[in-house]
Amino acid sequence: LKRLTLPVLIAFAAILLYGVSVLPNRGDPTSPSNRPTSEAGSPNAAAYYIEQAYRDAHTPNMVTVVLADYRGFDTLGETIVVFTAGLACYLILRRRPRSEPPA
Amino acid sequence: VRRHYEDIIVGMSARLVVPFIQIYALYVIFHGHYSPGGGFQGGALLAASFLLMRLAIGTEVSQYHFHRSWGTRGSSLGALIFLSTGLLALLLGSHYLDYAALWPWGGATADVRSYGILIIEVGVALAVACTLVAIFDDLVGDEEEPDEEIETGRHVLRESSDA
Repeated sequence: LKRLTLPVLIAFAAILLYGVSVLPNRGDPTSPSNRPTSEAGSPNAAAYYIEQAYRDAHTPNMVTVVLADYRGFDTLGETIVVFTAGLACYLILRRRPRSEPPA
Repeated sequence: VRRHYEDIIVGMSARLVVPFIQIYALYVIFHGHYSPGGGFQGGALLAASFLLMRLAIGTEVSQYHFHRSWGTRGSSLGALIFLSTGLLALLLGSHYLDYAALWPWGGATADVRSYGILIIEVGVALAVACTLVAIFDDLVGDEEEPDEEIETGRHVLRESSDA
């Protein structure tokens, strides 16, 4: 089985590299993810963000607008996750002041 | 972190570097509208500056810069800023987290949204920075069987934090 590992890995790497080679160029306006409407004819969010982000929030950094405005609810969840991690550490690890031993 | 590991060179260089880290952290937070950055990254930098003080000059002395009890409170406050900003928009008659409703006296909604983003970025930064320091403090904990010197130092800190 060990002799089989390397060919399998090479085969998977070849599949991945082939997949990467046929991806559309970054920022290509004709690629399916950047078109204003998808193949099925429904409006595409990415094109809307790129065109309207500055008009909607007067913030040049498009990523910030998507993160904090359009996807604000998602960022709220992320903040709560961080907060919950801190709270769990507090509840599990924090040493309480030693109380008097019972007489 | 015990006080015995202190070194004057490490302490002085940390004190030299920390203000610049904090200025850069604030820059990353408040310049997130115009360049890569924002609350998460800036908050992590801010926490790094406090943790550097913790490691370089010892946990006891660095309580003056960031007290142990601020960690959980600060992260709660940061999450609360975010939550209440969303709730305020809801109460003012719009959708949750719709910042355009935060300024009901008219004007450019796009500018209001920009400031709304800034408010929640500050909340995120506060939550991230304080949580990271709080986790460090929880992991390190208080020193066991402390020296008399440290004990008296802690006593002074208690009094100063009460004042």
